[in-house]
Amino acid sequence: MKFTLNGKPVEVKAGESTPLLYVLRNDFGLVGTRFGCGSGQCGACFVMVEGNPIASCDLPVSFVAGKSVMTVEGLHGKVQKALIAEQAAQCGYCMSGIIISATALLARNATPSEKDVKEALDKNLCRCGSHNRVVRAVMRAAREQA
Amino acid sequence: MNKPEKLPQRVRIEADGTVSIAVGKVELGQGISTALAQIAAEELGVPLEKIKVLPASTAYSPDEGVTSGSLSIQDGGKALRQACAELKGRAEKPASEYRIVGSNAPRLDLPGKFAGRASYVHDMVLPGMLHARVLRPPRPFAKLVSIPDHPGLVRDGSFAAVLAEREEDAIAAAAKLRAKAVWSDGPTAPEDIYAWLKAHVAESKVQKENADPVAKARGVKHFKAEYRKPFICHASIGPSCAVAQMKGDTLHVWSHSQGIYNLRKEIALVLRMPEEKVVVQHAEGAGCYGHNGADDVALDAALIARLSKGGPVRLQWTREDEFAWEPYGPAMLVAVEASLDEQGQIVSWRHDLWSNGHTHRPGRANQPVLIAAAEIAQPFERGPAVDPPLPAGGAQRNAVPGYEFPDHKVTMHYVREAPVHGSSLRSLGAFGNVFAIESFMDELADGDPVGFRLKHLKDPRGRAVLEEAVRKAGVFKKAEGRGRGIAYARYKNVGAYCAVVAEVEATGAELKVTRLVAAVDVGLPVNPDGVVNQIDGGCVQATSWALKEEWRPGAVSWEDYPILRFSDAPPVEVSIVKSTQPSLGAGECTMGPVVAAIANALHDALGVRVRKLPFTPENIASA
Repeated sequence: MKFTLNGKPVEVKAGESTPLLYVLRNDFGLVGTRFGCGSGQCGACFVMVEGNPIASCDLPVSFVAGKSVMTVEGLHGKVQKALIAEQAAQCGYCMSGIIISATALLARNATPSEKDVKEALDKNLCRCGSHNRVVRAVMRAAREQA
Repeated sequence: MNKPEKLPQRVRIEADGTVSIAVGKVELGQGISTALAQIAAEELGVPLEKIKVLPASTAYSPDEGVTSGSLSIQDGGKALRQACAELKGRAEKPASEYRIVGSNAPRLDLPGKFAGRASYVHDMVLPGMLHARVLRPPRPFAKLVSIPDHPGLVRDGSFAAVLAEREEDAIAAAAKLRAKAVWSDGPTAPEDIYAWLKAHVAESKVQKENADPVAKARGVKHFKAEYRKPFICHASIGPSCAVAQMKGDTLHVWSHSQGIYNLRKEIALVLRMPEEKVVVQHAEGAGCYGHNGADDVALDAALIARLSKGGPVRLQWTREDEFAWEPYGPAMLVAVEASLDEQGQIVSWRHDLWSNGHTHRPGRANQPVLIAAAEIAQPFERGPAVDPPLPAGGAQRNAVPGYEFPDHKVTMHYVREAPVHGSSLRSLGAFGNVFAIESFMDELADGDPVGFRLKHLKDPRGRAVLEEAVRKAGVFKKAEGRGRGIAYARYKNVGAYCAVVAEVEATGAELKVTRLVAAVDVGLPVNPDGVVNQIDGGCVQATSWALKEEWRPGAVSWEDYPILRFSDAPPVEVSIVKSTQPSLGAGECTMGPVVAAIANALHDALGVRVRKLPFTPENIASA
């Protein structure tokens, strides 16, 4: 089965029903995408499929056949820079998923309001309480890409 | 503790000019590695980038106990400062000469984390590593009656797990085996935990008492109230994980435990191995906010590694495992009574609390406490949660009010028997005790919550944070359904000072926190931005606990146990009161003041006093 991973064509031999998360982490060594719940409730495992954020923990790998998958390792954009500038994390475990959601938001809305940012991140749980800093960082990223 | 001849080298200058520091305190997402690196850079006079903080290991790190209680800067920082000064062969730098300590330093670990690099024990890969899932009963204390044979199944009494080369195969096998395993019935948790606690007291112990019958006799108005704090989950975003491997007769364990030496002791005890044959190395986990499943999963992984007699084993708890088996912050009932004199001054105060112990950490006694210890074929009886005495305390942390009340008595009613597994959650009993004390102070304040507190508060640093919070909060425009509240506490009565102003909006019984202002005095902040980050995060997390969180038996998912989301997180303004006093830990001081400030704001908004957490529409409506 073939798909595009962070811009490169790849082939995988895992069973069709294998969740994409384990293919990314264990077959491709892309451990930046993290396990959080296994049922798409927390956002820690978000990746972009065809540009849309989606939970990879319960997504059969067969779903991405022929499609383009982007993980946090494939992103080197304004969002990550702004997160560093705002020191917007504590443990950082949820951040890969947040980076995915925020990057997808800025791709479809270059000038989001704070409310837009919060709503775009409502599917991502953060337990450390870094919410305020993360929102500031995404607003900064939006300003800096403009 | 280590014997003198085994004293590890805390600071080592490497050939390339970098400096390696071995510290006993571990990174939990609180930024301690960066703050300790700042201290080392300052004392050694080298740039911060040259400092490398080694992962803590029982193989070479100093035994600094557990990374808990907001003590890492106070204790770990002090030891490191001494070691650096010794290496330089001169006295420690005076605080007036600090350049790196006291200035904002970006976290050393964040760029790698934002790039998605391997950062956590979850991300470890060792050659030949197998993936494991543990199989636990639907209820605590149940025994495994039967389980069908399956490739990769390992079992020791009622402890069972399944291994596979591919992670998804381990998951599938575990799901199959869980459906077919037969367990004995375990006890059910009580319906009304608060009534249950009152009925199961093992020992009542006075924590502080001053009998002043003359002052007490001046009391003309008498008040009492009871407050309830439920079980609250640590609810780490990453479920607990560990890697373990037998190499010859030595067991190696990688864990996000807060106390690697204590964990080593516990693992050696349960596996009946000599301690020197167990090496525990710290590897980061997701934020834990206290004692979560980290130690339990490490013991599980150790047992599996020995049972499987193969290569390294990576055990990942599921989300359901974490919710069902993590040691919850225990439920508490607090009863407070006060008498006021003619002038409205409190002359007499009583504080009684009912709780299990809040300290159920491994390696502290000769009896194990971790789950698997009671499940193996030759089981151990698990020891109870036992709290240290004040000022740290556990359940009784911050039960002694920081105010001047002439006649007072504080009593802890300790419940030894535990219906569910409980242990330290960020701030321990301080969350419940400060909620009670600071809500009650508001009830007694007769419309002047700030003046009333100041009338009873002598400590100038306490008064300063209270006044700073009020100043920073500014003028409040009262409106229908809107309210403001304030609360104050000095963490553990000897730690950081914190006052919080909360503003809320209530639509019917639906509560939203619209603003939090926190003023803190943490002594000299080593990394001021790190302190702000901790205070901001603590405020948001405490808001989540206050508004949403109550663990009940059977809750195993984020649907069963919702937490605050981005759209609900209140903006937080933080003010650090300038100080050159010794540094104090910042991680936990906000928790109690935030919940009480919200309770008081809720009362201001609706005129309803809600004494039962969380402040859900249901609890608000029935108050």
